[in-house]
Amino acid sequence: MTRRVVITGQGAICALGHTAPAIVSAMMEGTCGIGSLDFPNVDRLSIQIGGQVQGFDPTQHFTRSQLALFDPFTQFAVLSAQEAMAQSGVILTDELSLKTGVILGSAGGGLQTQDENYRTVYEEGKNRVHPFVVPRLMMNAASSQVSMIFGARGPCFTVATACASSNHAMGQAFQMIRSGAADVMITGGSDSMLCFGGIKAWEGLRVMSADGCRPFCASRNGMVQGEGAAVFVFEDLDHARARGATILAEVAGFSMTADAGDIVVPNQDGAARAMRGALADGGIDAAQIGYVNAHGTATTVNDRTEVAALRSALGSAAESVAVSSTKSMHGHIMGGTGAVELLSCIAAVKDGHLAPTVNHRTPDPDCDLDIVANIARDVKVDVAISNAFAFGGLNAVIALRRFL
Amino acid sequence: MSVSEKIREILAEQALLSASDVSSTATLEDLGIDSMGVVEVIFAIEEAFSIEVPFNANDPEASAFDVSSVQAITQAVEQLIAAQKPTG
Repeated sequence: MTRRVVITGQGAICALGHTAPAIVSAMMEGTCGIGSLDFPNVDRLSIQIGGQVQGFDPTQHFTRSQLALFDPFTQFAVLSAQEAMAQSGVILTDELSLKTGVILGSAGGGLQTQDENYRTVYEEGKNRVHPFVVPRLMMNAASSQVSMIFGARGPCFTVATACASSNHAMGQAFQMIRSGAADVMITGGSDSMLCFGGIKAWEGLRVMSADGCRPFCASRNGMVQGEGAAVFVFEDLDHARARGATILAEVAGFSMTADAGDIVVPNQDGAARAMRGALADGGIDAAQIGYVNAHGTATTVNDRTEVAALRSALGSAAESVAVSSTKSMHGHIMGGTGAVELLSCIAAVKDGHLAPTVNHRTPDPDCDLDIVANIARDVKVDVAISNAFAFGGLNAVIALRRFL
Repeated sequence: MSVSEKIREILAEQALLSASDVSSTATLEDLGIDSMGVVEVIFAIEEAFSIEVPFNANDPEASAFDVSSVQAITQAVEQLIAAQKPTG
């Protein structure tokens, strides 16, 4: 029989808070964490807002030698993993460590390290950079550091599928446990691209909003970037039960598709196939879905396409399902966004709290689903799905079920 | 600050010690500085004295730069300062 996979720990950091519980309660209060960006040369950007982590002092959390090696995307991942592992309570014995892995998603990796060091050699004209630039910036830095901290010696790698990275990562972790390749997986994603070069590159695409993230709102005018991480402990159900772990939710299904179409324009069919695939994988009927955490970037085309895809995938169930985009509060955390958004899916199935889509002013006829506008809602949810549709036409949908 | 004082300061910072705990006869191993730490120390020395240090982490023994003790490092740096124009 196929092994069942459950979540036994969660940890996170983003503009809404420094821990998973803080972020979830900020979401339920409808807090918008997006504000003025603060970093060198921000005055040269046309986009000056974002969901930046506030009040974070890395020296309070890391040693000098760790700081030399940890780009912010690694710092966020490590802190989140520590919180998740502490909540899970799982102890990695010598034997279990061989069956424990780490799969994290990231779109930018150590982009801030690249940005700073390019500045050093090109702008400042210096001829040497810190010796650890490479181990700081590499895409697998966060996954590897987390594996080293916990001694997880099983499957470990980083997934890079742009904005779907953490959903793909968590999907791989789910399948690792399901297949028996691992018993415990530390999984999620992180990104920190809020620096001059990171935003300047995005400006070029002309898809960013200069004044706010308003998913599904008729006044929406683009996405807003955030930063942060969320990491979860996925565990084989029997293993979690045997040690008496508290189970937050069951990972019920996962699916990934490629549009094989355009490098940036989303595709209704690819998105719908991913949703249908996740339901089929989990043996879930569309009518059982009580909450959808939408990709909901607040670009004109994403939100319209996603709504059409939801109707295509869920049929008549789409008309009554609650759909929200928490990006309106924490911004688009790129390779970490699916992980941060999974927090709201866990809150939905575990506690029956639905996070709202804030900044919603005017209904858009192209987005006429129940988008939980501005105010959180309490309702019992059996199944929640989380959508991620990335540049490159890569779609990944994960389904959670309330654990009974 | 003399070359010797500056080097002891760099090593102390790397080893999380105070400079007075860094004796001239100590080896990097005595100070608890591992191979990654050595590379950071070399970087800090290059930055502090605006010199290029010939050091290959693949084979530290074969490098022209002697890192066998605090004193050896100090002498090597003094020679490099004398031999090289500041590179900025």
